[in-house]
Amino acid sequence: MTAVTEPPQQSFRIEMLWTDARYRSGFLQVIALMLVMLAVAWVVDNTIRNLEALGKDFDFSFLFAPASYDINQVLIDYTSRSPHWRAALVGMLNTLILAFVGCITCTIIGVIAGVLRLSKNWVVSRLMLVYIEAARNVPLLLQILLWGAIFSETMPAPRDYRGEEPAATLWFDAIAATNRGFYIPRPLFEAGSGVVVGVFVASLIGLFIWNRWRKAHQNATGQTLTPRLEQIGKGFAVPAGLAVAWLFFPGFDQGTLAIAIKAVVALGLGAGSAWLLYTFNTLSVRLAILSVPAVLAFFVMGSPITLAYPELRGFNFLDGEGQAIYLRNSFMALWLALSLYTGAFVAEIVRGGILAVSKGQSEAAAALGLRPNLIMSLVILPQALRIIIPPQISQFLNLTKNTSLAIAIGYMDVTGTLGGITMNQTGREMECMLLLMAFYLVISLTISAVINAYNERVKLKER
Amino acid sequence: MTDTSVPRQTAFVAEKMIEASPPPANSVGVIGWVRANLFPDVLNGALTLLCVAFLVWLLPELYHWAFAGAVWQAGSLSECREIMNATLGEGQRAACWAVVNERFNQFMFGYYPAELRWRPVLAFVLLIAALGPVLFTWLPYRRQGLLFTLAYPVIGYYLLWGGSIWPFATFLIGVGAGVAAFRYVFAQEHPVFGSVGVALLAGIAVAALYWNVLWGPISDGIEGALGPLGPESVASDRFGGLLLTVVLGVTSLSAALPLGILLALGRQSKLLFIRMISVVFIEFVRGVPLITLLFVATTLLGYFLPPGSNFDLILRVIIMSTFFAAAYIAEAIRGGLAALPKGQYEAADALGLTYWQATRKIVLPQALKISIPSIVNIFIGLFKDTTLVSIIGLADPLGIIQPILATPQWNGIVAEMYVFVALLFFCFCFAMSRYSMYLERRLKTDHR
Repeated sequence: MTAVTEPPQQSFRIEMLWTDARYRSGFLQVIALMLVMLAVAWVVDNTIRNLEALGKDFDFSFLFAPASYDINQVLIDYTSRSPHWRAALVGMLNTLILAFVGCITCTIIGVIAGVLRLSKNWVVSRLMLVYIEAARNVPLLLQILLWGAIFSETMPAPRDYRGEEPAATLWFDAIAATNRGFYIPRPLFEAGSGVVVGVFVASLIGLFIWNRWRKAHQNATGQTLTPRLEQIGKGFAVPAGLAVAWLFFPGFDQGTLAIAIKAVVALGLGAGSAWLLYTFNTLSVRLAILSVPAVLAFFVMGSPITLAYPELRGFNFLDGEGQAIYLRNSFMALWLALSLYTGAFVAEIVRGGILAVSKGQSEAAAALGLRPNLIMSLVILPQALRIIIPPQISQFLNLTKNTSLAIAIGYMDVTGTLGGITMNQTGREMECMLLLMAFYLVISLTISAVINAYNERVKLKER
Repeated sequence: MTDTSVPRQTAFVAEKMIEASPPPANSVGVIGWVRANLFPDVLNGALTLLCVAFLVWLLPELYHWAFAGAVWQAGSLSECREIMNATLGEGQRAACWAVVNERFNQFMFGYYPAELRWRPVLAFVLLIAALGPVLFTWLPYRRQGLLFTLAYPVIGYYLLWGGSIWPFATFLIGVGAGVAAFRYVFAQEHPVFGSVGVALLAGIAVAALYWNVLWGPISDGIEGALGPLGPESVASDRFGGLLLTVVLGVTSLSAALPLGILLALGRQSKLLFIRMISVVFIEFVRGVPLITLLFVATTLLGYFLPPGSNFDLILRVIIMSTFFAAAYIAEAIRGGLAALPKGQYEAADALGLTYWQATRKIVLPQALKISIPSIVNIFIGLFKDTTLVSIIGLADPLGIIQPILATPQWNGIVAEMYVFVALLFFCFCFAMSRYSMYLERRLKTDHR
């Protein structure tokens, strides 16, 4: 059996390039390479000749020239004398902040809608179906423009808030919704607030450690909490409920019906949260760890963190340093439309993920005597999340890319600064588009790397 | 044990089956349904009441705004408001659908010449006829229908854009010459010259030679001798409204499908270089927003082409959205390819099929079947994304709103036109998503 017959030596013939598997792949690749190089050379040659004809060059030095235009939402120092690269940076930050808040809200909306869509409650699940189908089947750009139009046309003007009997009132006595945008309270950090923040961060770390300890404890004993901790959890419920009621309580100084209704609502909220915390002790202990030290520190330091509420001056509300935060209509319309649109897709993902966990899993868990909320958190969610998370992250990516529609409504994101005004002012289409695409590509590739890493980690280990 | 003299003390023996008693009245019928679906427990009951309260508050308002109080016939917004003041009371407002009513043709056709509007309508009807055999397999005469589908791009082009047919007719001569050359060379017995590659090269070379040298003069000559023949030509910038949306969507998707298939195959290919090109293309296009690609179409595409060549914006947009859709379709098909059991590939190899035979007869039919629902979803996305062309100044249904708002008659209208366009898109997209579900059911061959 050791006799190995040498394959007959064949002399190379030209047709073996495509008839012989040994040469074919190399041959095809060389041809493809040549074709691609030819195409690239053709494009580059055309570009060079076109640029020459227009008397342009390929040069990024324009980035350091003054931008000489204003941006209406700046998160870092920027004036019209700042260079173009800084304008681009402002735009990038605007893109990122919009994407960040959008991702958070679309997740919240999507998870709630997806779970309610599966609810046995007929009205609720139908309502969610209507929302999901309406939001998914209408173009996002249209939704953005529609919300923008609604905000700027139907909200009261700032002057409607003036006078003894104003035509408009603040929402929750804190938020001014005007046709120019929304004004929300800004937290002001005065001396000593560092201690409060520090205590809060420390409690966060403490919570993390406690969670690990709790898990170990549960694994060892089967008990979720020690009896003492259970008492603490139950004991925390009443003061927490009182605090909630006090937070929402409107005060006694006015005697109208609206105040009475608000008072009833506040008491209801307080009682509801107390009941919730009394029932779910683990949650209660977590909240206690998180809130009690920070609240104590807050009062010990003499309430160093206050809120700057919207304040009318002349024909408008004040914004800027020490005043309320001003959220433009363009930002709000984008945020709302992006969240609702992406939320509908997230809802479908969440629903699909939960449905994909086979029914036997929840039945088996129920047969083991687990309660519905434990079945959800211990059996269904861990399996569903494996399915949900990758498409969920790619929805985040879609949302981030869709923030580029901001240009249609005048929000100055990176497409509006770098790909809009800077490009039009300097006439550097090639350079600006390259930078713009590179920015989005970096984000996309980072996010896909995250998805791939996650998929690798949660992959079912088979064979 | 056998003592039977003692009378049995049995108290009761059932002599017949007792009829099953009906379920409690409160668990069947309407009441049962309401209890099970609306008020199964306190929390759900509260939720139901909340939702019902919301609907009771919302629906009458909506009905009043959209139907009861709405004005359907008026020449301007101020006229609308006068009518509302008269019918609803001073300062009361509802929807003014009159704007949609008056500008309906613009929403449908953009600035397409009014006397030629029958052409897009006919093209649309024929489009449905052409799509029928592709979308529904149960239609009769499907084979003949597919031939019509193949011919439709030309018919559609001449119906919409019009223009003389001589350039195209003479263009076809080149195709014929190329095919003839391919056949001739392929029929040779010679081992080198008789092969597919050389024959293809010969065909392409002959056709290219014809197009570069003879096509122009021949076309001009016939046109000069016989005069232009064909429907009146309509410039691209007259296109708009739903017409533009359908043109962009259908053209890009039908061009993107083959490109997407090739890209997906390229991404799976064993040839490193081809795989690299495909991956770079797909990841690049998927990584940037569509609007940047449209900006490329408006600003940069001109730089990439030979100096002096200038072709119209709609075509440039179609090219970029084709690339965009192709990258996404490639990913959808890649999913289908990956879902195919390895045994299928191995069995094809074992049968001795070549790569293209295996791909055509074994791999693609199954992979495409798996990925069709996601391809339809991509098409829905693309259809919605065509609204982005309004940002670069094309007059699609969304882009036509701004010029209408700028007219003195309709300045100040808020939501009506957006709502109308939203409904328009909703109808199309919703129908397509239902079709995708229908396909999913029909193509499901497993027996779960």
